[in-house]
Amino acid sequence: MLRYFLIRLGQSLALMFGVLLLVFMMLRVTGDPAALMLPREASAAEIEAFRERMGFNRPIIVQFADFLSKAVVGDFGESLHFRTPAMTLVTQRLPATVELAATGLLFAVLIGVPIGMMGGLKPGSAADSLARLLALMGQSIPNFWLAMLMILFFGVQLRWFPTFGRGAWNSVVMPAFVLGLPVMGQIVRLTRSTVLEIRSEDFVRTAYSKGLEPPVIYLKHILRNASIPIISVIGVQFGYMLGGSIYIETIFAWPGMGQLLQLAIGWRDFPLVQAIAIFTSTVVIALNLLTDLVYAIIDPRIRYGF
Amino acid sequence: MASETSPRPADSLLDIQRTWWDRLAFIGRLLWRDKGGMLGLFLFLLVVFSAVFAPWIAPHDPLEQVMEDSKMPPAWSVGGSWEHLLGTDTLGRDIFSRIIYGSRVSLTVGFFGVLIAGTLGMIIGAIAGYLGGRVDSVITNTVNLVLSLPYLLFVVFIAAIFGRSLLNVILIFGITDAPIFARVTRGEVLKIRESGYVESARCAGASWARIVFDHIMPNLIGPLITLATFEMSAMIFYEAGLGFLGLSVPPSVPSWGNMLAAGRQYLTSYPWIATFPGVAIMITSLGMNLLGDWLRDVLDPRLRRARK
Repeated sequence: MLRYFLIRLGQSLALMFGVLLLVFMMLRVTGDPAALMLPREASAAEIEAFRERMGFNRPIIVQFADFLSKAVVGDFGESLHFRTPAMTLVTQRLPATVELAATGLLFAVLIGVPIGMMGGLKPGSAADSLARLLALMGQSIPNFWLAMLMILFFGVQLRWFPTFGRGAWNSVVMPAFVLGLPVMGQIVRLTRSTVLEIRSEDFVRTAYSKGLEPPVIYLKHILRNASIPIISVIGVQFGYMLGGSIYIETIFAWPGMGQLLQLAIGWRDFPLVQAIAIFTSTVVIALNLLTDLVYAIIDPRIRYGF
Repeated sequence: MASETSPRPADSLLDIQRTWWDRLAFIGRLLWRDKGGMLGLFLFLLVVFSAVFAPWIAPHDPLEQVMEDSKMPPAWSVGGSWEHLLGTDTLGRDIFSRIIYGSRVSLTVGFFGVLIAGTLGMIIGAIAGYLGGRVDSVITNTVNLVLSLPYLLFVVFIAAIFGRSLLNVILIFGITDAPIFARVTRGEVLKIRESGYVESARCAGASWARIVFDHIMPNLIGPLITLATFEMSAMIFYEAGLGFLGLSVPPSVPSWGNMLAAGRQYLTSYPWIATFPGVAIMITSLGMNLLGDWLRDVLDPRLRRARK
């Protein structure tokens, strides 16, 4: 177990280094980071002064070493727009994004798992058709477009929900629903196919022949075994939602990291963009590590594989 | 549905060495039976058709601005005209024509993106799967770790740096999507390499090239085509998303994402401007997902029975 933990920790740290290197290189790959970050009409003298201030005129190795040594203590420089430390701006936005993603995920699981299960237990039934339709729709409807239609219908016409911002308790409903929609589609699809597979396993037949009540079999034998792949998808999808929330947060003016990213790109505030990219990746990498460890505790086959 | 297929499950394309024509006819029969697959193929061909023949189908020049006709609602609502079926945008451009031309951007990104990602991924995955050992474990670990990163975030980040051009968008998707192809290819190669028929071919003295081209490649194509369909659908989706954020092709190019972005500001006053491009994205995505589901079932005989 300790060996497994150390290997996974090492991999995560290596990936973190890879992310830092990638972000660092990306900002320099077009040649001149100063030109990238300043407005097009900036004069040559302004660019030169900026280069001096940001340290872009030093050798690239020195720049990277400096970047790394600051990054490990969470210092990503100052936002060009706000003139305050970029990392503080990002962490201030974290709670809003987590609230949105967690609500969206909760909604996706609460709807997706029961419907997928009904579909998998009775393939070909009406419930199964519904499950397959939902899975297909979740995958095919562009959620940023659906968000606009929902604002138009439920926000502007019916006035059921606020159309933007994070305020009243019900302001999270619409953005969380659209953010969770593609995830729900995936969860329905996965639950359905997993349940379909487990349904015909020997231990399920044994449970039936022992005379157990079907609801007990559904919950204790089928759902419990289906939960492992479902949990792993939830872990992956949470990371996707942290990144994908850029569209939804932009549309609903939700004050999270996604909206900040969109604004920062508009301002060409690349220190801020860089801080968001690295911070989100760190959260996702940490979550993945955590998911894997929980797994190893639940399922001994994983930890003994190493 | 199960009853009409059950008596003789002509279940395998491999059971007798048939001609290519027989195989196509067989696939056609399977397609005819699957209504979802038929619909998917129809929608996909519709989009391809409008992309290829855009100049002949589109009633107007997608860039032509007629200010006196601007903000015209769709034909069936009050104030609309059959001259502009889906209405016009704020600059008086015909939305229907722009949607037809927009399919060109979407399909180009999807097709070339998948081509690049597929080629890169297949090479990397095949090396990992075929060589095994240390090389394999390094590649597999890297691929898994890269795939665990927040994908959309990096696509947005890279697109923001490189700026708006069709080539950039294609390259971004082509490169960032390669790991998925690598993972699937590696898994399949590994499975095929250990299979009985490869072993017997090796025992019969088949050459290295013969094993790769006659036994491994044909069995690899099925899963990769299926994956390519889903990935192409995803890329079309993400391209529209990038366009929506103003990070895809230049604003002058009619693309679905750009139309959504432009329509968003006028959402409450002129809702049709943003509505119809979204419908176009949905139709394309739906078509390709249905087609992908069907291909997965047809190209993998093991799944063909489990489906019912």
